Amino acid sequence: MSGDGSYAAVMARRDAIVRASVGIDYDRYRTGVLAFDYERLLADTGYDMESARAVQAATGVGGTPLLELRRLTALVRAVAAPGKGARLFLKDEAKNPSGSFKDRRASLSVYEAKRRGYPGVAAATSGNYGAAVASQAAKLGLPCVVVQEAFDSRGIAQPEIAEKTRACEAYGAEVIRLSVGPELFYVFLRVLEETGFFNASLYAPCSVRGIETLGYELALQALDLCGRFPDVVIVTHAGGGNVTGTARGLREAGAVGTEIVAASVDLAGLHMASDRDFNRKSFTTGHTGFSMPFTTWPDRADVPRSAARPLRYMDRFVTVTQGEVFYATQLLAELEGLERGPAGNTSLAAALAIARELERERVVVVQETEYTGAGKHPIAQLNLALSLGIEVRRGDPRDNRPGERIVIPEHPAQLAARAVDLDRVRRSYLRHALESLPEHAPLEAADYAFLVEETRSSRAYVEEVLHGLQGTRR
Amino acid sequence: MTGTVAAGSWVEIGAVVLAPDARAPQVPDDTRTVPLELRAKGFLAAPARVGERVEILTAAGRRLAGTLVAANPAYRHGFGAPIPALAGVGREARALLERDAEADGSGEGEP
Repeated sequence: MSGDGSYAAVMARRDAIVRASVGIDYDRYRTGVLAFDYERLLADTGYDMESARAVQAATGVGGTPLLELRRLTALVRAVAAPGKGARLFLKDEAKNPSGSFKDRRASLSVYEAKRRGYPGVAAATSGNYGAAVASQAAKLGLPCVVVQEAFDSRGIAQPEIAEKTRACEAYGAEVIRLSVGPELFYVFLRVLEETGFFNASLYAPCSVRGIETLGYELALQALDLCGRFPDVVIVTHAGGGNVTGTARGLREAGAVGTEIVAASVDLAGLHMASDRDFNRKSFTTGHTGFSMPFTTWPDRADVPRSAARPLRYMDRFVTVTQGEVFYATQLLAELEGLERGPAGNTSLAAALAIARELERERVVVVQETEYTGAGKHPIAQLNLALSLGIEVRRGDPRDNRPGERIVIPEHPAQLAARAVDLDRVRRSYLRHALESLPEHAPLEAADYAFLVEETRSSRAYVEEVLHGLQGTRR
Repeated sequence: MTGTVAAGSWVEIGAVVLAPDARAPQVPDDTRTVPLELRAKGFLAAPARVGERVEILTAAGRRLAGTLVAANPAYRHGFGAPIPALAGVGREARALLERDAEADGSGEGEP
């Protein structure tokens, strides 16, 4: 272990550790006090759509089928107004080597780690991304360390994460399992410092570049199957990479009119760093505990500037309840013969509600699935919930209370995609921007232009909101 | 688990990474009352009993130290009993589809 291993000392070295581990000098991209050249950061990965797809194809990543969900479409139409009920499609990302779209993110990162001569790769993630990095590392012959937040202080493991531990270990990775807390990042920094491994960050530019192929593929597949680009693509939203990469890929394919809907499970009231709440979430990702903070300030990531900037790309942001997602998961299995999830089924639940309001000729795409199995299943999550005293029952999904009561809908017409007010999200983003400014640092012209792009608004909007906030600052 | 675990066995170790009073300033109150704990697996470096301080060689080739927790640790996650609240979902949806098909005489899901 090099240097002082205390929490404060390691965190003080974080910039140097991160810079060495991702091989990117983020200062090079700075164009103002806050602003940076986002497009150049992505372009400097050296990958375009063609070369990214080639690297992915070499390890069997991508090229997944776009499946029409005919029975779910019929179900939606059965509860829709006459003439309503859009065609539903699903991008079956479970067909990737480690069983999720995260292989797309991992493939370019691990390939780069190998190409640049790093002795191994490391990733901080409790989710599918760890298995994806471990799988890609196995294929390329690199050692791999995955750091997970895995269990509470009573030693009770979150079942979905326990399965991901097993998967990572199956691919030959070392898994560091931790109890609950944000100090996971501290442990991860120590691993990076000690090993000199590449940080396969979810938020590095290669990771987002890797997802662009998903949006690109599904746009062309929809065109082929339906003669039109998707009208709506619904993306399960957590850290922002899925929304960002998918939307960018759609644009690159020419699907500029496609509406991008970000969907998250509503976990309002549960604290993400709480030991008590950890196992009461019943979801490990795709929820508001990640999507709200990462939409309102993406640079809280494990790299200085996140390449996942979802507020730039989402046209709508909606939430669904825990019970609605479990209901949608069950419908997908029993009506379409597809046992998938949990990832992707958040956007599926939203899709069932959104498709009901659209005309029949419209095309709605749910852009991912993942493999399912022990731990990664509604039954496992609901049994854990019951053991913790959480009520599980049928009823009106509006009665769902995260951590207290999970309500499985009684009828498909009860499903709803509840709108998040994007104006509030934009204001929150700008408040975080203001708070991140050094004291008395004036914003430059480049910063205003950057904030306009970040919030998809106007200079007048940014100035008005910042002016209002400055009056209340400190 | 009273016997000696042989060197080279696949084992799990545990360690306290941060004691409660050394935790990050931003952790919520309930998390602050407990330590940050670590679990890791690897091949045992030297014979030892459960509860003893040991070293392991991990899958990534690192040497880690901690307390021996278990030899050949099991994966215990699974599914559990079926959930009654989910049991009727598919049957109800199929009934809705059948009723709808009868009502308008149309095929399922054709655009």
